[in-house]
Amino acid sequence: MANDVASLGAAMHPWGKWGRNFVEYGVQAANDALDDAGLAWKDIQLIAGGETVRNGYPGFVSGAAFAQALGWTGVPVVSSYGACASGTQALATARAHILAGMCDVALVVGADAAPKGFFAPTGAGNKADPDWLRFHLLGATNPIYFGLWARRRMDLYGATQSDFAKVKVKNSRHGLENPNARYKKEVTEEAILSSALVSDPLHLLDICATSDGGAAIVLSSMEYARKLSTDPVRIRAISTVTPQYPSDVIEMPNFATDSAHSVPSPDTSFRDSIAGNAYEEAGLGPEDMSMAEVYDLSTALELDWYENIGLCKPGEAEKLLNDGDTTIGGRVPVNPSGGLSCFGEAIPAQAIAQVCELTWQIRGQAGARQVEGATAGVTANQGLFGHGSSVIVSK
Amino acid sequence: MSNQKNRVPAVEGWFVADGEAALLGSQCNECSSYFFPKETFFCRNPACRGSEFKEVALSQRGKLWSYTNNNYPPPKPYMAPDPFVPYIVAAVELDKEKMVVLGQVVSGVEIADLKVGMEMQLVLDRLYEDDENEYIVWKWKPVTEGN
Ligand SMILES: [Zn+2]
Repeated sequence: MANDVASLGAAMHPWGKWGRNFVEYGVQAANDALDDAGLAWKDIQLIAGGETVRNGYPGFVSGAAFAQALGWTGVPVVSSYGACASGTQALATARAHILAGMCDVALVVGADAAPKGFFAPTGAGNKADPDWLRFHLLGATNPIYFGLWARRRMDLYGATQSDFAKVKVKNSRHGLENPNARYKKEVTEEAILSSALVSDPLHLLDICATSDGGAAIVLSSMEYARKLSTDPVRIRAISTVTPQYPSDVIEMPNFATDSAHSVPSPDTSFRDSIAGNAYEEAGLGPEDMSMAEVYDLSTALELDWYENIGLCKPGEAEKLLNDGDTTIGGRVPVNPSGGLSCFGEAIPAQAIAQVCELTWQIRGQAGARQVEGATAGVTANQGLFGHGSSVIVSK
Repeated sequence: MSNQKNRVPAVEGWFVADGEAALLGSQCNECSSYFFPKETFFCRNPACRGSEFKEVALSQRGKLWSYTNNNYPPPKPYMAPDPFVPYIVAAVELDKEKMVVLGQVVSGVEIADLKVGMEMQLVLDRLYEDDENEYIVWKWKPVTEGN
């Protein structure tokens, strides 16, 4: 297809709390991705960095920080920030350069060293900063938003805390044998339900942690890739959509939704449009997917994504989970990597990490967590302030 | 007995801070879209180039869209009392404006008292206090018999 590019090399720095500079994680992932592609740093024609704004000055210039650490080669650089969607922004920018014929091969890197505990706003005392104001006026932490979405599933669809816990049980099993996962331990439903109730109905173990980690992808034109590989994995679509006005689901860090008073709500909600746009570009549908990697900030949110990426109708996600459809061995495994549940958020790396997982799965290199016969997969992710993020990867 | 503290809005211009509680939003003069917090420079309706707005008091009642709580002290700038008091946050859908607005729920209400779709009423309540002032914010309260 006209918009295909190759995922030629994929690598991650293991997630954890390593206490080092984020550049180190990015450089290791970059070098391993280059090795995976059979290329050297000097072969790269564009470096694209996914960045984070929490880590001070070096975080603002991630692409150049990685390039300097790998050794200046004069290669063009882009740095992308889209919060949790930063990685997809970097991938999309690199792809656009390749599809426009401006380069043949690009290195996309994201890495983070996360602070401890709850994310807190950085705009100290800035009364015009909605992120600062939501903490000050409402105490609206990130788990507050996760809790609102989770409770709505319970009251609307009859979901239970036990359903939510089962998402974590599944993901903890998926991540057991993943060498890059931070948490490689089976978690029982009882352990989840007896962990601290943070934001009712969500327990501590329903909510993902924050981690250090890195991920990198070598992206190239299909023509370039075929010189190095007989059957390169293809990136079929990248969606970076924004919401359509009026967006009627309350999202971080907002105080209110848009008003649908003068303009009716769009037929497709923002979250439905994220993967929807990618399916459209790829000419594929949910029925073509062998698996999905979705943004499980909370267990309950993973269930929302089943519906948003079209695996089932609204209100049917709990059934899909409980029937085992989304477990490895089931019809369409979700988060075979273990998801954020086993990794934690390393913000600029996580959307790239999802593409690494799909690349390895499609090559048949996922070891004990291999999805048998995987031919195609979709990622879904969402960055603060309306950054949609979805990538479709296939044979 | 302690002196009466000044009642100060925790944020200026977002709500009516005396008497009957009401959130202050803005409405586009061109297309009538509502915004909260106030939009004052440009209309966010993509089909509208409006740049003039009037300040409007939003509906004081709405239907509960969802709710949750926080059982652990969040980081600053939330001014958590010591000892910490858990609080509920509600998302309430205003019927006329067709928008969902967040707010804390007044103390004394439990999660088990709430249900999506319930009627909620806006009230003024204390957010935190220091030596001189009591800082006031809007909160939601379930509508029950008699209020
Ligand atoms: Zn307007």
